Amino acid sequence: MIIAIPKETAPGESRVAATPASVKRLQSLGFDVVIEQGAGEGANFPDTEYEQAGAKLCANATDCLSQAGIVLKVQQPNDAELDLIPSGATLVAFLKPAQNEALLKKFADKNINALAVESIPRISRAQKMDALSSMANIAGYRAVIEAAHEFGRFFTGQITAAGKIPPAKVLVIGAGVAGLSAIGTAKSMGAIVRAFDTRPEVREQVESMGAEFLTVEIEEDGSGTGGYAKQMSKEFIDAEMALFREQAKEVDIVITTALIPGKPAPKLWLADMVETMADGSVVVDLAAEMGGNCDFTEADKKVVKSGVTILGYTNLASRAATQSSTLYATNLCHLLTDMTPEKNGEIEINFEDEAIRGATVVKEGEITWPPPPPKISAAPQQKQPEPQIEVEPKPEKKSSPLSLVAFWAVAGLLLLALGKSAPADFVAHFTVFVLSIFIGWQVIWNVSHALHTPLMSVTNAISGIVIIGALLQVGATGSFVVTVMAFIAVLVASINIFGGFFVTHRMLKMFRR
Amino acid sequence: MNSVISMAYLFSAVMFILSLGGLSAHETARRGNYYGMVGMAVAIIATVAGITSGAYLPVAIAMGVGAVIGIHLARKVEMAAMPQLVALLHSFVGLAAVLIGWGGYLDPRINLEGAAHIVHNSEIYIGVFIGAITLTGSIVAFGKLQGLISGKPLMLPARHWLNLIALVICVVLGAQFIPADVSNATIINLLVMTGIALLLGIHLIAAIGGADMPVVISMLNSYSGWAAAATGFMLSNDLLIVIGALVGSSGAILSYIMCRGMNRSFISVILGGFGSDGEVAGGDSEVEGEAVATTHDELADDLKAAKNIVIVPGFGMAVAHAQQAVSDLTDKLRKAGKTVRFGIHPVAGRLPGHMNVLLAEANVPYDIVLEMEEINDDFPETDLVLVIGANDTVNPDAVEKPGSPIAGMPVLEVWKAGKVVVLKRSMASGYAGVANPLFYKDNSRMLFGDAKESLQSVLGKMNPA
Repeated sequence: MIIAIPKETAPGESRVAATPASVKRLQSLGFDVVIEQGAGEGANFPDTEYEQAGAKLCANATDCLSQAGIVLKVQQPNDAELDLIPSGATLVAFLKPAQNEALLKKFADKNINALAVESIPRISRAQKMDALSSMANIAGYRAVIEAAHEFGRFFTGQITAAGKIPPAKVLVIGAGVAGLSAIGTAKSMGAIVRAFDTRPEVREQVESMGAEFLTVEIEEDGSGTGGYAKQMSKEFIDAEMALFREQAKEVDIVITTALIPGKPAPKLWLADMVETMADGSVVVDLAAEMGGNCDFTEADKKVVKSGVTILGYTNLASRAATQSSTLYATNLCHLLTDMTPEKNGEIEINFEDEAIRGATVVKEGEITWPPPPPKISAAPQQKQPEPQIEVEPKPEKKSSPLSLVAFWAVAGLLLLALGKSAPADFVAHFTVFVLSIFIGWQVIWNVSHALHTPLMSVTNAISGIVIIGALLQVGATGSFVVTVMAFIAVLVASINIFGGFFVTHRMLKMFRR
Repeated sequence: MNSVISMAYLFSAVMFILSLGGLSAHETARRGNYYGMVGMAVAIIATVAGITSGAYLPVAIAMGVGAVIGIHLARKVEMAAMPQLVALLHSFVGLAAVLIGWGGYLDPRINLEGAAHIVHNSEIYIGVFIGAITLTGSIVAFGKLQGLISGKPLMLPARHWLNLIALVICVVLGAQFIPADVSNATIINLLVMTGIALLLGIHLIAAIGGADMPVVISMLNSYSGWAAAATGFMLSNDLLIVIGALVGSSGAILSYIMCRGMNRSFISVILGGFGSDGEVAGGDSEVEGEAVATTHDELADDLKAAKNIVIVPGFGMAVAHAQQAVSDLTDKLRKAGKTVRFGIHPVAGRLPGHMNVLLAEANVPYDIVLEMEEINDDFPETDLVLVIGANDTVNPDAVEKPGSPIAGMPVLEVWKAGKVVVLKRSMASGYAGVANPLFYKDNSRMLFGDAKESLQSVLGKMNPA
């Protein structure tokens, strides 16, 4: 089967769906690869390298796509491209199936199988093909770079001969993949980074990247399925806004990444917050494509409002085209590896495979979007609610004073009863016995766990003390039977004593620091 | 003279207490053992001084033979076989207690009346009973550990009832035996009880599975102590009572610690089997995902890359005799400037503290061998965890799945580390019969095969670098 890689035609798109390295991998799966001339230019992959990797170069898109069994693209095809894709072929690209019903219809009419990489479910197994995360990672990084470019100061604080430079304060809203990546980048550039997210489970991740996790006073878990956030209640949003207004007075750079699947991006950075910010501050809105998190965001534009620069670039990943092409191409390789179990160059769209099922939006003329919901959340901490078997926190067993009194009263009475009937001799021994148990209790608790085996062998040796009983019986009773029994008892008890002490000694000798 | 002997006994009792106290730290442990020896020597000399001179020869012979056997056993035993030896030694205490009990009963000098008679007979009866259970129970435990008897719990139908009936018969016989004077009938009575107790010991321990052996051994340790204490009551000997009580409570505490380590009640362990009556709840332990195997080369690379390594050994390490290889690896890694530590679960192995002894034998310094509580918080900062032959003790279900049969059992939270490599013979589940989702986690790799061979191979591959 032939895999075709056309040059991306969308304005501003520099990425490409295959790299020379990925071309090699695709061939090892049994595919032939054809690539349109100049496809890798924007990402700095020259045609010669593709040729060396074994791909066949085509002069234009028509040639490239005419034989294609599989088409790998970054952006969705425009109508002209769509016409070129042969019927029965399989297309893999970012297709935005939620917003693009018309496009899906066209695929179905033309009998093109379509896989939308953004709908690959976010399950652990599919992480290797999760292009959305790869791109988000780059977008997060790039957002900080763009912000730094616009920002007129250092990120890191310095004390120089020319005066003190305060560190920049960065606020990241939404700690998804992009958010975390932005946190890491900003942190590594020396900024003070704070982050906010409605999902409490990401706190650890945020803190592990070195940012401060901001919270509101209201307890509400914003985790939805598939590792995304859900919409929050009104009280929560009010508290959140109050928090942001506070932060707006302090921070220099705001990076917003808040998205809710299938909905316009929530407005989080409002006009008044922008006005509060100091002149020269920067807002980078990674949700620009979905309407933006900031009131002033305009998609693909740089806007300056009351001294604050608001960047609404939608395709930040394309601004680091070499890196994003490499990652995207590798993601696609993984996807195709899973789709070609035989490695014979023939793909199989197996709906039993949850990852492939999720990605497939059109199969054999039928629209198969949306897929059934993913089974497992990407967030492992989030437990499935299992109310029946939820471990009830056992109330600490507190012995009430009454039961304590009752216990010792009974114990005392029993002791009194024993003392009344038992001979004096026994009472004396019993006293020793009980006190010894208490001594043993106190002493043994101090023994360290590592020495429990020596403890056992030494107590073993010590319990050989029963030898005394046997010694007293040997020959003293005048009964032959008793003497024989006592003789055997002395013998076995001696085995214990000598064996026990000796083996303990041997063991303890081995313990060294 | 009697007072002198009593003082000697007091002295040795103090020595014994110091001996156990000495074991609280590695530094004082050896001194503790010497205290114990001194205490024992004093006690024996004081006793022998008081006995009839005609008994010197038989005593010398018996002790001589016993000493030779004992030292021979202690000398040749492998550290991996310590549990067996300990079990065997317990049975000797049990045997001695039974014999002394019988001796005390048949002693013609004893002529007691009234309450004293009843007390004396009860002491004999209890002493023989506990001694007999200890005797056969320990032998069965020995057989299981040595592999002479299957380690699987023996599940007779109505086994709890059998135990109960045996107990009731013993009580009934005791009620007849205790008030009566010595006669042929009472001797038969005591014989029958001894027989029942012997059988009961076999049955009780046979019903307990191999991995519960730490509890069983500590329990038998405790029994041997109580048997000694009962003997002490019978002979009116305070030293025996003190020592019996010390050993008895020591064993009881160890059993308690072991049970807590498994989050199981003492009763459920003693009643045998896991998940009662052999039914294992595997229903909800379906595990998603696939276990990823790794290779010796990969593990060698991982070890080279890691800075902070924790090794978690389990019974599998003892089975594979891999402790020496583990120690060599540890040495090599430590010389390369890496932090290597060991995390020991309280119930790892077949004896309390078993792993520590094995590692000590292989010359692993004890200060890098840590307990579960000491190391559990450090896993998130650990780069690589090597799990060697451990399974249930590292099962995340115990923490994450409230419905799991092992839920609530404290475990080593190895999955929080950067990467986990599990050395294991196969994908089989552990003693609890529960699947282990650890193997399917993203950061886990499996290295199948014999742990010793694997480690030696890995060690070889690390050499050139």
